[in-house]
Amino acid sequence: MSRPRSAWLVLEDGTVFSGQAFGAVAEASGEVVFSTSMTGYQEALTDPSFAGQILTMTYPLQGNYGVNQFDVESARVQVRGFIVREACDLPSHWRLPASQAEDKGTLHRYLADAGIPAIEGIDTRALTRKIRSAGVMMGIITNDDPARSASGHNQRNALARLHAAPRYDGSDFVREVSATEPHTWPHENSPKHHIAVLDLGVKHNILRILSGLGCKVTVLPYRTTADDILALQPDGVVLSPGPGDPALLGSAVDTVNGLLGRLPIFGICLGHQVLARACGASTYKLKFGHRGANHPVRDEATGRVSITAQNHGYAVDPDGLSSNIEVSHVHLNDGTCEGLRHRELPAFTIQYHSEASPGPQDNRYLFERFLELVEEAAK
Amino acid sequence: MTKPSKVLIIGSGPIVIGQAAEFDYAGTQACKAMKEEGVTSVLVNSNPATIMTDQGVADIVYIEPLTVDFLTRIIERERPDGLLPTLGGQTGLNLAVALADAGVLDKYSVRLLGTPLDTIRKAEDRELFGRLLAEIGEPTPESAIATSLDDARAVAKRMDLPLVVRPAYTLGGTGGGVATTDEELERIVSSGLAASPIGQVLLERSLVGWKEIEYEVMRDGNDTCITICNMENFDPMGVHTGDSIVVAPSQTLNDKEYQMLRSASLRIIRALGVEGGCNVQFALAPRQEITAWDAPTGAGDPPYYVIEVNPRVSRSSALASKATGYPIARVAAKIAVGKRLDEIQNAVTQKTTAAFEPALDYVVVKIPRWPFDKFPRGDRTLGTQMKATGEVMAIDRTFEAAIQKAVRSLELGNRSLLWEDPNWRIGGDQGAAGQNVGVESAGALVASSRKVDRPDASSQEIDAIPATDDRLWRLMAALRREAEPLDLARATGIDPWFLQKLANIVAMERRLLAEPLAPELLRAAKRLGFSDEQIGVLAGELTERVRQRRIELGITPAYKTVDTCAAEFEAATPYFYSTYEDENEAEPLTGDKALVIGSGPIRIGQGIEFDYCSVHAVWALQQAGYGAIIANSNPETVSTDFDTSDRLYFEPLDEESIRDILDNEAGPSQQTPPAIVQFGGQTAINLAGPLTLAATPILGSSAEAIDMAEDRGRFEEFLAKLDIPQPPGAAVSSVEDALKTADVITYPVLVRPSYVLGGRAMEIVQNPDELERYVQIAAEAGHGKPVLIDKYLEGREIEVDAVCDGEQVLIPGIMEHIERAGVHSGDSMAVYPPVNLSEQEITTVVDYTQRIGLALQVQGLMNVQYVIVPSDAGSDIYVLEVNPRSSRTVPFISKVTNIPLVGLAARVMLGHSLAEQGYRGGLQPQQPLVAVKAPAFSMSKLGGVDTYLGPEMKSTGEAMGVDHTFPAALAKALLSSELALPASGAILLSIADQHKPEAEPIIRKLAQAGFRLYATEGTATMIGGLGLPVEQVTKRLREGHPNVVDVIRDGTVDGVINISEGRITGTLRDGFHFRRAAAEKRIPCFTSLDTARAAVDALLAGEHAFTVQPLAAYLHEPKSGISDR
Repeated sequence: MSRPRSAWLVLEDGTVFSGQAFGAVAEASGEVVFSTSMTGYQEALTDPSFAGQILTMTYPLQGNYGVNQFDVESARVQVRGFIVREACDLPSHWRLPASQAEDKGTLHRYLADAGIPAIEGIDTRALTRKIRSAGVMMGIITNDDPARSASGHNQRNALARLHAAPRYDGSDFVREVSATEPHTWPHENSPKHHIAVLDLGVKHNILRILSGLGCKVTVLPYRTTADDILALQPDGVVLSPGPGDPALLGSAVDTVNGLLGRLPIFGICLGHQVLARACGASTYKLKFGHRGANHPVRDEATGRVSITAQNHGYAVDPDGLSSNIEVSHVHLNDGTCEGLRHRELPAFTIQYHSEASPGPQDNRYLFERFLELVEEAAK
Repeated sequence: MTKPSKVLIIGSGPIVIGQAAEFDYAGTQACKAMKEEGVTSVLVNSNPATIMTDQGVADIVYIEPLTVDFLTRIIERERPDGLLPTLGGQTGLNLAVALADAGVLDKYSVRLLGTPLDTIRKAEDRELFGRLLAEIGEPTPESAIATSLDDARAVAKRMDLPLVVRPAYTLGGTGGGVATTDEELERIVSSGLAASPIGQVLLERSLVGWKEIEYEVMRDGNDTCITICNMENFDPMGVHTGDSIVVAPSQTLNDKEYQMLRSASLRIIRALGVEGGCNVQFALAPRQEITAWDAPTGAGDPPYYVIEVNPRVSRSSALASKATGYPIARVAAKIAVGKRLDEIQNAVTQKTTAAFEPALDYVVVKIPRWPFDKFPRGDRTLGTQMKATGEVMAIDRTFEAAIQKAVRSLELGNRSLLWEDPNWRIGGDQGAAGQNVGVESAGALVASSRKVDRPDASSQEIDAIPATDDRLWRLMAALRREAEPLDLARATGIDPWFLQKLANIVAMERRLLAEPLAPELLRAAKRLGFSDEQIGVLAGELTERVRQRRIELGITPAYKTVDTCAAEFEAATPYFYSTYEDENEAEPLTGDKALVIGSGPIRIGQGIEFDYCSVHAVWALQQAGYGAIIANSNPETVSTDFDTSDRLYFEPLDEESIRDILDNEAGPSQQTPPAIVQFGGQTAINLAGPLTLAATPILGSSAEAIDMAEDRGRFEEFLAKLDIPQPPGAAVSSVEDALKTADVITYPVLVRPSYVLGGRAMEIVQNPDELERYVQIAAEAGHGKPVLIDKYLEGREIEVDAVCDGEQVLIPGIMEHIERAGVHSGDSMAVYPPVNLSEQEITTVVDYTQRIGLALQVQGLMNVQYVIVPSDAGSDIYVLEVNPRSSRTVPFISKVTNIPLVGLAARVMLGHSLAEQGYRGGLQPQQPLVAVKAPAFSMSKLGGVDTYLGPEMKSTGEAMGVDHTFPAALAKALLSSELALPASGAILLSIADQHKPEAEPIIRKLAQAGFRLYATEGTATMIGGLGLPVEQVTKRLREGHPNVVDVIRDGTVDGVINISEGRITGTLRDGFHFRRAAAEKRIPCFTSLDTARAAVDALLAGEHAFTVQPLAAYLHEPKSGISDR
């Protein structure tokens, strides 16, 4: 399909990339980040941790196998915008409808229906190199040609609009993506455990896996207090992943402080950062984050390396941690903290995504390990 | 695990189909890794044309036959404490098992490194393998083992046809196939049982049409497991992965499917306990209409089967290494000696470790290179038996561009994706007429596609697109005739995604035909990988005009880096590919530099030897302080290892790509660096003319000198001026002229077309009838281009490689062919030093070579072939051909004379005379050894190909035997190339009348040696007349049993000697069936009396005389202080 409409990505430092528009006809701004995952674009698009961000995929061909109703990690598309080298308009997969009448099942239709603008035809490698060296920055996807007037008038306009937009760093995206009411995930008739999930932006696959392991799962809004959680009498708590700066999540930190030692806790990604803060650590922003499906993490107990799925822009500085918490996992590439283990209490966390989706499934065993803690705690 | 101190590495032997240059790459990386780890490496290989067998790569190098006996003697002598069996392909793995079985490893306390013995057995023995996988819950297709034809018939009753037949322990699926009828079952099972060293085949449920997916997996001693790369076959199950177009990463798998198979791969490598690399192949159900599976909600995972596991580095791992930048063999070797993945540095980023999974931000397409340009009458159907001799890889940011660049890299004449065969019938429309090559053909194609009433391709005709070597072009032709991608997908099993992409290319073809060539269109076409030539043809412009136009518009390629990490980290490696995007990452290399043009895919006639030469040229440039840049398209090679050169461009080796690279390296200064065309075989030398026209400097011999040697008329004049004789001949254009010429120069004559067209071979013609037939056929195929006729001189053939600096000509040594002239030099055995040449003959050869080199003004290497014919005065010496470039024999002669020919030549090109380099001209002193080079063939894998040796080359590789005596060296060479006769048994003889007298002594020797003799009618009469016992078997296949084919198939005879005459109308055809039978039974079949004599003599000389010592021990020290590294 030809895409007659041009679109531009303008970065906050004034860099302009041009390409062809697809998805919704709209303008959007957000923090521009890249993911190196070669598969799983639909899971990424629906991952709440991408809220507030314009996502570019380093793999050039996106949309090859279309989209469907199953590969979603939340109820909606979460990214602000999507940037690719090429978006496939004639996808092929057995789960697509037999007739590809119109553009059903394509990325274009999916994003258009979700109201999300996207650009293809961009030198995404050049964009990635830019972000890698300059760090993540704000950007705006626009349909107005920034170079149309010789004076650069329009570019200033796009830039001005970008500067006027709320900055990613100060925004509380968890509020936007968290459940507003407690609810339960479908489960077996006689669940073995009851797990409460503090929803900071949970991915469905965490809920699917827990349910698959025989748990009743109750998803709770992110401001749920420790007392309210304890009142539900769950056997354990999962602190979910989610978007944005953990420093903005004071209430969740309080909740975790109220739960530590009273229930087994498993923190994932943002949940890991929240628990770290609850235990005295500080957090800081990484230059361009960890986003992809190939991140090597070493388990300090065994020396064994796992390949992990990651999606985070902030990291834990373990310096301030209380002495009863140890760093259990380390990122091989940059030595950042990838996991914590409480020496005395049934609590551990990981910075990466044991639920994968997208990404390698090597770390699902951590859910089982958590349920072992739950069982021990029940004794 | 304690680190071993001395490790034996087994190479893979001569290049054959299924085992090509990838194992030179793997072995070379392993040797480097051992050096880095402080482990002494002992390398054994019989293939001299490899980098791994160079002094300086491994610590100790043996060029010896790869047999248990020889390896045992080497182990005895070297006493290594470790054996790395996983880098020499199936050959290395099988030998490791054999050494263990023979108790050798235990006796000498040699530890098997990397892959446990038990694992090798499990992965190779289908029954054990199936059981192991069942234990870990991984599905394998229903299957059964058969060790006899009766077993197989019983299995077929139980499991129903079609069944896949896979012989155990073979390379490239040799002897296997898909049986859909009872007859096919019998035929394939028989050949499979014969091919399997343990006489075992697996019969397996056919998964034809399923997706075929591969994963490359690594595991270290601490149980850290990672996948390096996954790959998806364009051709679905049913076509051997070595014969499939392959894409990396997978394109049609969603994350769940990708991860499902990835997880399975990790479970398998853990269960196998491999410490190193492993390749896992899967069949994945493509859609429910083909295989229904239980997916009630639509969310279920499709079923898959594990098809094959290779617990070693492989062709796929070489491809994955080049596709990702992750050096699998190097890392595997380090793991084998005890390193953990996270202790090994990522050589690309130099900051991160080897414990990660590469992320690609480009598409890689591999296309196999088949030998059917040489063997147009061979069986071109692709199945479970691999037929490709080599492969090309291309990288780009779209699939369309990557596959189009890969097609350009194949170097099939000028065959772009526009090519169509005139004989195809697609959609009721005949393929475009006259589409031989390039511009002409595409022009015709344009005409045909402009036709108004283009009939649609009906589904019935689409069904007729079989899996053959030209299927890609047939698909394109069908799409041009409005075939629906989805219909093609249904008919071929190829995923619709790929066909939609091909349809995108067709859509662009239509735009280029229909629209004016506006800048936007030009840019869009370049982004889809269209070459300037394709664009020119479609848009009606000259290629050069298209090029100039796009350069004016600033539409030039940007070069991006292969960095393992999709740009997440800064990369230290200079490994680039072109694409039409914004940011160029390849800033021109600073300082003095030169571009070495590589040799492209491995094919018959242009093998690994030229990669050896390219790599040595790079080293010589670096030593001289030059930045060495290399361009190549072959992922199997050492030259495309990212740390071989200062800069690697992974690109097609055509004029457009090379000029783009040179333009990029010229940069703003417009200082185009020179190109070196002498080392990349015909591929590179063919670019001398075009590059010179484009005003690109060429290092070494000029395009003028090259043309002088290649243009028949000019060369004739040139030799006449020097008063150096050449066989008489002429170029003719009609049958009448041909007959007249032949009458004058007398039969037999050697005929060949003056143009190069797939497979139209050179022939020796004995009489006017044959000549008439040949010229008619050639004239039809050649559109009136002349045919060359030369007097065929049946004499001893001599070959010389030389380096010339304009003042002196250095001749490292003379090679004498065992076979008389008439057998292609690449298919001949050759011996150094010569055994039958007189002083006078040597003097003349040296004199001619020196005069030719100086008169041609050769700067660098040249190769000259001579024939010596007895005459009244003793002998006459004629020049057969002169090639002003490196030749196939350069690695061989460099190794056995200890003279680094390529290095010398490269430095000559840079302006350093031989004298400056410490060498003087003339024939160099002889080394105290005898070395024999023997060709290796892959005939058992190429159904329908005649195995007789003639002027057209047929071998795929070569082996070398070295020793102190000629018989010992000869015997070793024959052993290594699988041409050795067994010590006893029976031989079948069929010898044409004119050769019978000459055959007599050979027959007597065979009888004396205790061989039972079988012979065809006339030959049996002759043998009986000698008073020797003989059993007659008929060669008339319809007249009773046993006939000649029966005695070969049932194992009665152990070797065949078949000497024919008359290549076109004579007795040659009679022998076709039993030559084929011998090839399929994998027993030696000699079609030249000279080879047969050598084999018999070698056998009689016995094994007792063999020396086993490192190559270096045979050689004098080099006289010059200049080493080649």
